[in-house]
Amino acid sequence: MEIGTRASEEAINPSVSVSKKRNKTFFTKLKSQKVLLAMSLPFLIWLFIFKYIPLWGWSIAFQDFKPARSIMDQEWIGMEHFKFLFTDENFWRVLRNTIGMSSINLVLGFVTAIGLALLINEIRHLRFKKSIQTISYMPHFISWVVAASIVSYSLSLENGIINIVLVNLGIVDEPILWLGKEKWFWVINGLAEVWKNVGWNTIIYLAAITMIDPEQYEAADIDGASRLQRIRHITLPSLKPTIIILIIMNLGYVLESGFEAQYLLGNPMNLSYSENLDIYVLKYGMAMGNFSIATAAGIFKTVVSFIFLFSANHIAKKFDQPRLF
Amino acid sequence: MLKKPLFKATRHHSGVGDYLFDIFNYSFLTFLCVVMLYPFLNQLAVSLNEASDSLKGGIYLWPREFTWANYKHVFGEASIVNSFFISVLRTIIGTLTSVLGTAMVAYTISRKEFVLKKFVTIAFVLTMYFNGGLIPNYLLIRELNLLDSFWVYIIPGIIGVFNLIVIRSFIEGIPDSLFESAKIDGAGDFTIFLKIVLPLSLPVLATVSLFVAVYQWNSWFDVFLYNSSSANLSTLQYELMKILQNSNASMSGKTAADAFANANASANMVSPTSIRATMTIVASLPIIMVYPFLQKYFVKGLTLGGVKG
Repeated sequence: MEIGTRASEEAINPSVSVSKKRNKTFFTKLKSQKVLLAMSLPFLIWLFIFKYIPLWGWSIAFQDFKPARSIMDQEWIGMEHFKFLFTDENFWRVLRNTIGMSSINLVLGFVTAIGLALLINEIRHLRFKKSIQTISYMPHFISWVVAASIVSYSLSLENGIINIVLVNLGIVDEPILWLGKEKWFWVINGLAEVWKNVGWNTIIYLAAITMIDPEQYEAADIDGASRLQRIRHITLPSLKPTIIILIIMNLGYVLESGFEAQYLLGNPMNLSYSENLDIYVLKYGMAMGNFSIATAAGIFKTVVSFIFLFSANHIAKKFDQPRLF
Repeated sequence: MLKKPLFKATRHHSGVGDYLFDIFNYSFLTFLCVVMLYPFLNQLAVSLNEASDSLKGGIYLWPREFTWANYKHVFGEASIVNSFFISVLRTIIGTLTSVLGTAMVAYTISRKEFVLKKFVTIAFVLTMYFNGGLIPNYLLIRELNLLDSFWVYIIPGIIGVFNLIVIRSFIEGIPDSLFESAKIDGAGDFTIFLKIVLPLSLPVLATVSLFVAVYQWNSWFDVFLYNSSSANLSTLQYELMKILQNSNASMSGKTAADAFANANASANMVSPTSIRATMTIVASLPIIMVYPFLQKYFVKGLTLGGVKG
């Protein structure tokens, strides 16, 4: 937007730009590229409105925001809402749930995706390999609404396949209302997440595996290495840079434990373990109409995510590992 | 299916350990496929089974008393038919506008000579790392008068930064000579975009179209947040979500609501369980039929964005 005002300034008073030789070439260049400018400008304006203006909305967290009052008449109250947050028992509970679930998702997600990629890579039969991939991508494409519906049906008392299998194997004596057991929620949520995304997450690892020099495997064959030895000494070490980059990227999401799964699988019986930060924001903001506290919680989330992302990146830099920026 | 690949795989690598590994690997991955597919096939069977019969349990992969009644019932509800059309409409319009817009911006930031290349790229990429959050976004939508309107499904998400980077990386791979010879022939940037870039980028555009279409078809949160008071703008996923929330709520009150619904089931020939299964299939089948055909493209697109992002 700054560029627009500078351009009009130049039009009004050309002498301003005489000393700024660099600017002049900039504008003559821009003038010759007006089609490119016209193609990107509408979307730059869109970007400004929909992505940058809401940042200014962060100020709500420092005000006693009343929707009925105009923007200028809002009362500034400093850090009051943050003080409330940090003394609110519920806030610490949802924070515990958020970190608990995102840690489980992170560890489970990495281990299962890498494991599955390694197993798929060892399949020599191409048609079988491709079928496995296609089928394992499927749950990624369905919505969380559909996934949650399927998960809650599979866990239900009467017809849920999980209870049927567990009872028939004699692991449990009678069907369990799994979604009513609050302590199990983190595990259920983690497994649902794995079911939905494990196949999809293998794509990036399988792509990295195809970059490995086949000569390494041939050399291993000559040395008489077994399949497991090949995996341990060639495939896994080659995936290290990819894994590190993905871990750094994901650490930035430590307070993003997801929203849809928890919201859709949550019920009054598991609430104390299923509610996370996003649901807290939604409840305070939309259900109770307290925009300020909801925004404060949102800011807390963004700031912590940033700190995590930068620290992880910094640590990777220190140990001379691949990093994000 | 198992024997042939086993033979092939062990031809090069002998040894009992490798053989056992293969047996384990093939069985485990087959089991995994069952885990991935079963819940879905089970819902399909329930949706095609007579409603009161389903309540007796024991429906696994095949309907016991086959019927179309559940589908007839679902598509007999005006609100669900309407939500189906809204879902289709937002998927088509949303995908077309988003793919065209994103490709256009991607083209401009793929041009080395474009003086704003860096500025535009950074302005977009920065938004991957922060956002205003739920409430400021909601207030913005309210200020823009987009509440209770169809366009709230289209405009706020018109450009996805990840998709932008994927398309840009692809366009950067198109040989420069093509652009130069077009310029010598007097073609402007917009003509080059329409006549050269778009046709050559079809594989990546197919990928991004899939991503956007899936996002549009699967969305329910924007309906819930912005349009929940406009029943005529509801989508299929949101309708299913409401059914799911009802059954979640009734779970804690245990069977009171269920018993009532089930008592009604025999009279009405439908039950919440059957309706939910039917809606689940209707809401997911379109995507499940499409994505396998685009597999080659999205795998490539994902790695392209991942490597160069």
